[in-house]
Amino acid sequence: MSINVNGKAYEVPSALMDKSLALWLREDLLLTGTKIGCDIGVCGSCTVLVDNKALRSCKLKVKDAIGKNIITIEGMTQADGSLHPIQQAFVDCGAIQCGFCTPGMVLSTYALLLEKPNPTRAEARQAIKGNLCRCTGYQQIIDAIMSAAETMRLSEKTINKE
Amino acid sequence: MEKIKAFRNDAYAKVTGIAKYTDDYAMPQMLHAVPVHAPVASANLIAIDASKALQQPGVIAVFSAKDIPGNVKFGQIIKDYPTLVLDRIKSTGDVLALIVAENREQAIAALPFVHIEIEELPAVFDPEIAMLPETPLLHPEHGSNVCNYHCVRTGDVETGEKESDLVIEQNFQTSRVEHAYLEPESALCHLRPDGVMEVLGSMQHPFSTRRFVSSTLGLQLNDVEVKTVPMGGGFGGKDDTAALVCARAALCAYLLKKPVKLTYTREWSMRESYKRHPYTIQYRMGLKNSGKIQFVKVRMVADGGAYCSVTPWVTWRSTVQCCGCYEVPNVHCDVYGVYTNNVFSGAFRGFGSPQVNFSIEQLVEIAAAKLGITESEFRRINMVHQDSVTITGQKLNTHTVSLKQAMDTVLKKADYEAKLPNCSFGKPDSDEWYGIGYAISYRGMSLGAEGTDFNSAIINIQPDGSVLLETGIHENGQGSESAMILILAESLGIPKELIRYRFPSTSNIPDGGTTVASRGTILGGGATVKAAEIVKERICEGVEASLGIKNCQYIDGKVIDVVGHEVADYFTAIKLCYANQIYPYAFGVFQAPRVSWDEHTGHGNAYFTWVYGCQAVELKVNPKSGQITLLNMIAAHDMGKAVNPAMLAGQYYGGMTMGAGYGLYEDMPLESGTPKPTNYHNYRVLRSTDMPEMTAIFIENSDPNSPSGAKGIGEPTLELMAPAIANALYRATGKRFTSLPLAPNVQDFAKGQQK
Repeated sequence: MSINVNGKAYEVPSALMDKSLALWLREDLLLTGTKIGCDIGVCGSCTVLVDNKALRSCKLKVKDAIGKNIITIEGMTQADGSLHPIQQAFVDCGAIQCGFCTPGMVLSTYALLLEKPNPTRAEARQAIKGNLCRCTGYQQIIDAIMSAAETMRLSEKTINKE
Repeated sequence: MEKIKAFRNDAYAKVTGIAKYTDDYAMPQMLHAVPVHAPVASANLIAIDASKALQQPGVIAVFSAKDIPGNVKFGQIIKDYPTLVLDRIKSTGDVLALIVAENREQAIAALPFVHIEIEELPAVFDPEIAMLPETPLLHPEHGSNVCNYHCVRTGDVETGEKESDLVIEQNFQTSRVEHAYLEPESALCHLRPDGVMEVLGSMQHPFSTRRFVSSTLGLQLNDVEVKTVPMGGGFGGKDDTAALVCARAALCAYLLKKPVKLTYTREWSMRESYKRHPYTIQYRMGLKNSGKIQFVKVRMVADGGAYCSVTPWVTWRSTVQCCGCYEVPNVHCDVYGVYTNNVFSGAFRGFGSPQVNFSIEQLVEIAAAKLGITESEFRRINMVHQDSVTITGQKLNTHTVSLKQAMDTVLKKADYEAKLPNCSFGKPDSDEWYGIGYAISYRGMSLGAEGTDFNSAIINIQPDGSVLLETGIHENGQGSESAMILILAESLGIPKELIRYRFPSTSNIPDGGTTVASRGTILGGGATVKAAEIVKERICEGVEASLGIKNCQYIDGKVIDVVGHEVADYFTAIKLCYANQIYPYAFGVFQAPRVSWDEHTGHGNAYFTWVYGCQAVELKVNPKSGQITLLNMIAAHDMGKAVNPAMLAGQYYGGMTMGAGYGLYEDMPLESGTPKPTNYHNYRVLRSTDMPEMTAIFIENSDPNSPSGAKGIGEPTLELMAPAIANALYRATGKRFTSLPLAPNVQDFAKGQQK
């Protein structure tokens, strides 16, 4: 009965099986980068990756995640604190204002780029449709997704050459 | 071209998830509070029986107004809002009691066990009925259900009417809308060992919050310290509402001597938090055949809901800007803010201008069409220009009046004239209707005569040359701290990496007023420049004392002597200051230039400077379903100076999007005073797929009234897209839509055409 979160396995006591996954991450694992904006699965602030799919952790129970691999925003950052190319793109493109949607946006972007390394702007818009942002008007977030995709494709090429 | 990378001092924390918002904090022995809301909008509160609730698992206490040691009621202008209701319920957003439990689930589970005994009273939900003399008063001590009244009396409208060739009349209706900040209200309060009530909260006005908390607890201001942590959006909405949440958490923490957290659910937030005022606006406008506006008579009624909040200030801006950005010789304007038993209304990005702009920017196009003049020619004939006198008698001669520049820039970029012939005007038997539209505005900067307008900054340079900076401006997510850092880096001629914005607290720096009214950059940036001027003098003193010379100057990170030779670089100069016991420390104040207002005539220099802007939109409408697709949006604003270009663009895009949402979909209808929408599934905020690509054009006429040259941009970007969309929809459908939100009206129109 364990869940892998950001590469680390956590044993889950049976008493917690019906707890919301978002609350378990926040309260039990102290991974507070996962935000709760609506608690009914429509704002996307609590987005995490479950086996590489972007899902709403407020709509999931702990039991739904048993045996699965979860990535939260904390898992995107390297151990030395350096940023993932998606995070760097969000910083550089001005995609961050209040920052409350940012973790969910970054994870929805990651799920998109895992599946489609070369998305169009329209596909980028579609990928974050479930993530509300009240500050940015989404434009610089789309810029960041496109920029991150380019950086990741470039580094992929470099790796292949090597 | 290499894009300039964005700068934010909090970007790393926010993008890695380590940024801590209020609800992300926890403390040992922390308890959790939840609010008990009023079941009806108007009633006498007879009794609260908490005995059963107190027996529920984990419940520690249930507090009511009787437990408040200080003032039960507070407010920014009129102290009419009960932190907890003592005897009379006036809104279903009222909080009657607070349940405190060991955890939040237990506190929520105990909610149904608080028994409320009430005697229901008649309620009034229509502001026009509330204004009738026979209607019972919401606040008898106020003497009227008219919370406030403002007017403008300029020239003589009767003469204006006699001189007019054409008189038009049109009514407009705007909707009640929700800020919909993504982070619901939250507060964590604890009584420190030194006796200070420390407040962490999701709020945009720490000093107002401090006043609410100290009033509720009956403490001095210095007994309360409000610390600012990252806030998940505010848009004007986290002032009174959020301060009240902090005051309630502080009350529980004060009474129980334990840390207490109060985090709102989205449902509580939407039920209780104030909204944008819905307005009814009645215009009568007289015109010459030449196109010149002769007079405007206008009456506006704003539904303020159950409590005053900042209704007098919101409606004052509507009053000053009641004729839009046009010269009008004869004006008769009456504006009423009215108490009703609806959820209350308050500050919201735009602050009384979106309602007026939605109306006036359509009215001028209606007028132009009747006169057979193009809408652009009509605007050019009547718009304010350099040295114009506004309707309140203010001469616009202290800054560059760039309204025409903004309009021409947008029309050119949009290729407006060339695209006009493509507009459908509801052409029958077409698969798609196309429309293009735009709107223009001027906007008085900062608070104007509604408040005292000053701010301060502290620069504290450390012995190694690194700098601690703080201002009386609050980081709402817009990037104000980053803007201040950039302004200081430029003023001192040092790399921005040397500057750290200090963790803000109400105990560090004097009250600088609220970070609203697009005043962050102009006021806080102004104070930063003033403090930088002082610290430069200090640095020169240090160098002069050390080297035994006089009349040094600090220029671009260097100290130079009278003949212009560099005598010390920045780091050496700072070392010399400390060696000579001179602190490179400065407290700078920026006082906004004086403004004036006469309540009886509605005359005065209402704002110390103004900003100008224009926004355009292209869209298409499905003639069968009425579904609207936005194709393109362009904005140009004169903000004086672009301090942080990527963040500035972000303000444009966010404002245009929020303005488009206001125009198309956003609506908070009420049922017996309670908002029907409860969460994001039934309150429609625009999503990424609703939005087209946007273009942001910066116009930079540095403003002499602003020490940094920069002005505000947060609100100007929001106030134009709704009328621009309405004008585009007219050209798409051939019909004027005069009430918000527009999308449902367009759908009804399209369906009506099918019959």
